[in-house]
Amino acid sequence: MSTTLPRPQIEAVNYLNVDYSWKSWLFTTDHKRIALLYLFSITAMFGIGGVFAGLMRLNLLFPDGLFQHDTYNKFFTMHGIVMVFFFLVPSIPATLGNFLIPPMIGARDLAFPRINLLSWYIYIAGAIITIVAILHGGVDTGWTFYAPFSSSYSNTHVILAAIGIFIAGFSSILTGLNFIITVHKMRAPGMTWGRLPLFVWAHYATSLIQVLGTPVIAITLVLLGFERILHAGIFDPNLGGDPVLFQHLFWFYSHPAVYIMILPGMGVVSEIVPCFSRKGAFGYEFIAASSLAIAVLGFLVWGHHLFVAGQSMYASMVFSFLSFFVAVPSAVKVFNWTATMYRGSISFETPMLYAFGFIGLFTIGGLTGLFLATLAIDVHVTDTYFVIAHFHYVMVGGMVLAYLGGVHFWFPKMTGRLYPENLARLAAVIVFVGFNLTFFPQFILGYLGMPRRYATYAAEFHTLNVFSTAGATILGVGYIMPLIYLSWAWFKGPRSPQNPWGAKGLEWEQSPTPPPTYNFDVPPVVTEPAYNYAGEVDDGGH
Amino acid sequence: MFPVQASTGAGQVDALYIFLLVVAGIMTVGIFLCIAIFAIKYRRRDPDEIPRPIHGSIPVEITWSVIPFLVMLVMFAWGTRLYFENYTPPKDTLDVYVVGKQWMWKVQYPDGTREINELHVPVGSPVKLILASEDVIHSFYIPAFRLKHDVVPGSYQTYWFQPTEPGRYHIFCAEYCGTNHSRMTGWVDVMDPASYQNWMNANAPADSMEQRGAKLFAQYGCASCHVLQTTPSPALNNLFGHPVQLANGQTVIVDESYLRTAILNPNVHPVRGYPPNVMPVFQDQINEEQLLDLMVYLKSLSSNQSAAGVNPARPAPAGKAGAKP
Repeated sequence: MSTTLPRPQIEAVNYLNVDYSWKSWLFTTDHKRIALLYLFSITAMFGIGGVFAGLMRLNLLFPDGLFQHDTYNKFFTMHGIVMVFFFLVPSIPATLGNFLIPPMIGARDLAFPRINLLSWYIYIAGAIITIVAILHGGVDTGWTFYAPFSSSYSNTHVILAAIGIFIAGFSSILTGLNFIITVHKMRAPGMTWGRLPLFVWAHYATSLIQVLGTPVIAITLVLLGFERILHAGIFDPNLGGDPVLFQHLFWFYSHPAVYIMILPGMGVVSEIVPCFSRKGAFGYEFIAASSLAIAVLGFLVWGHHLFVAGQSMYASMVFSFLSFFVAVPSAVKVFNWTATMYRGSISFETPMLYAFGFIGLFTIGGLTGLFLATLAIDVHVTDTYFVIAHFHYVMVGGMVLAYLGGVHFWFPKMTGRLYPENLARLAAVIVFVGFNLTFFPQFILGYLGMPRRYATYAAEFHTLNVFSTAGATILGVGYIMPLIYLSWAWFKGPRSPQNPWGAKGLEWEQSPTPPPTYNFDVPPVVTEPAYNYAGEVDDGGH
Repeated sequence: MFPVQASTGAGQVDALYIFLLVVAGIMTVGIFLCIAIFAIKYRRRDPDEIPRPIHGSIPVEITWSVIPFLVMLVMFAWGTRLYFENYTPPKDTLDVYVVGKQWMWKVQYPDGTREINELHVPVGSPVKLILASEDVIHSFYIPAFRLKHDVVPGSYQTYWFQPTEPGRYHIFCAEYCGTNHSRMTGWVDVMDPASYQNWMNANAPADSMEQRGAKLFAQYGCASCHVLQTTPSPALNNLFGHPVQLANGQTVIVDESYLRTAILNPNVHPVRGYPPNVMPVFQDQINEEQLLDLMVYLKSLSSNQSAAGVNPARPAPAGKAGAKP
């Protein structure tokens, strides 16, 4: 491995200081600048989605609610739409993936830099339309848009929101396409498939789902539009349609989509754990293969959302079985991360704290998924707060923690600055505590029978809801802290050394910090496997 | 932590739930302990230390893939068995008809009693719910019985339970259905058999569902073709629960879903030998409650009413054909 000479830190030309004009940002084709454009956009959307979450928790402080029912119904719908389609789906791929995949594989940019910029503009177009729908009074169908409520009964801006999501889907498809082609065609000499960082493997698997799955949600939303405007008779039984068909189509995308949301997080954790254990990933091949297995099996389990919806009992049986099957590769990942720490040299910087949090919370999220895959238990807890708790353990406890961990891990790379470490550790702990206090009570609420999407609820559910709202307040503080100190650190933080964590990987070892526009001063050549912390001599790309 | 157990099935679901809780608890504690122990035991003591690499182990990978999968197969088998039991009604149930509409539950009993947002059932008898919706999808959820099923417009869904404990238990609508979704709630009143009988007698209306169905049958002029055969039409005696061959060659067992389509959209799957476009389309002419009355009447014309026993989660092929997009 080449030893990097101490670089003159102050005025080296990098992708940030090469040009300060607004044009240089809005017309950039640099994957790193596009990643930052995405970073700011999705942070804004996360803020909007978070405000809706806060308003929901405020309403639920009281059994009789605080807002009008219609208002609350719009809150949870818009929370879901904004968070799922405009934060979680693009989150890690569009920001960290965009920024890191080229330097990780030794490329100067993605395969299609202009398509990459196009994908951001498409995302922004979708986001603006959705925000317009919100400002015009919002939507009240739930983010799942179930027909015939959405097609024939709701009086809100269903079409506008659907158009926003439809458009944003193309940004997801283009990002996925770009990643797949980049990984196939742009790897540096010596970067064999067996040497790819696990982050790249996870994104490769994610991209497959994005490209194959997203068109189905687009089709579904178009059909919903036909039904709503032209009364086509696809979903509404009064027009000769089948409402359950909508659910099949919707979940055919939306279940794989939860793997779009979690796989990149798994990729981040697969980088952080080896780095802060100073030890190669245990079972590299199994972690990589499990990402692909999840991507494939994820397409075969959509029917587990329909166990009480009126699908055949035998179909439910098959979907239940396959759902257990998809749990295996997820479990394998958790075991391998844990085993990676065995006999490691573990340090406790902020990214590692988030990784600990991720593994713990994802374990709970995954295991509670087994409850929902078990038919007779699902009958009781589906459409209750148990489901809410389960997917927030995966999506927030998993994905958001991985995202925060990844942002902290690569923040020095992206900005050339260091953030205040102890403050960041404190924020990580606050997020963890706040998260658990918010969502753990919801498992109990769910088993007790509190249905989801309730603006008001029976008095016996009051105490646990108060806990949940208290937790949400703490969680909110945990989110705002990084926003403040990272913004501060970007401009005022101490300058980062080339490789502050002593991490392996081309992006740390061979690309300057922060990188120049085309990532590398000298085209890299790879001579060793990923995570070669011990400096072992390679046996030839395995 | 647990809601009241008020049916034969509730305890069984709880037992399975406890099994999963134990497995999940062991796994969670195991992972947490491993992380905590490794984090402490292998914490970095020297900034320059480089641990010996461990690349992995295929036997270990196989072990921790196969063993959890085997445990999951137990969950799968146990959960599936209970699911089939809960959704397959026994013979000789007490049938109750529930119609959901934004935002109330309309409940009616074969003897004609009707109530809103209340369901009275006796302890110890199996009760079958036949669920219909007038508008959007709802879900009839009784936490004390650990049961729910979506109420899907355009079809009948059913499930059954056997109450064990007298008391009043929540009914919730569990599928989001619009503005007052969270107010679409009610109570199951589980009564001892004597009180139930008193309640039924005190509330007995003039007409049973069957009688009301018979009136509708006359009112809509069904008899002129189906009984008097002024135009050749399928006979309705001993039809329910029996196979019938359709014009497309398919043979179906006549059940509620089939009859539903046959009344509302008779041209979707006409019976072999009878030309289509003869019977009027009753879609939008007849509401869900009237349809249920007619259904009970038509069932009364057959000797083996329970033979078909609607399979809740499995619409008859005919029903599927009727729902073709």
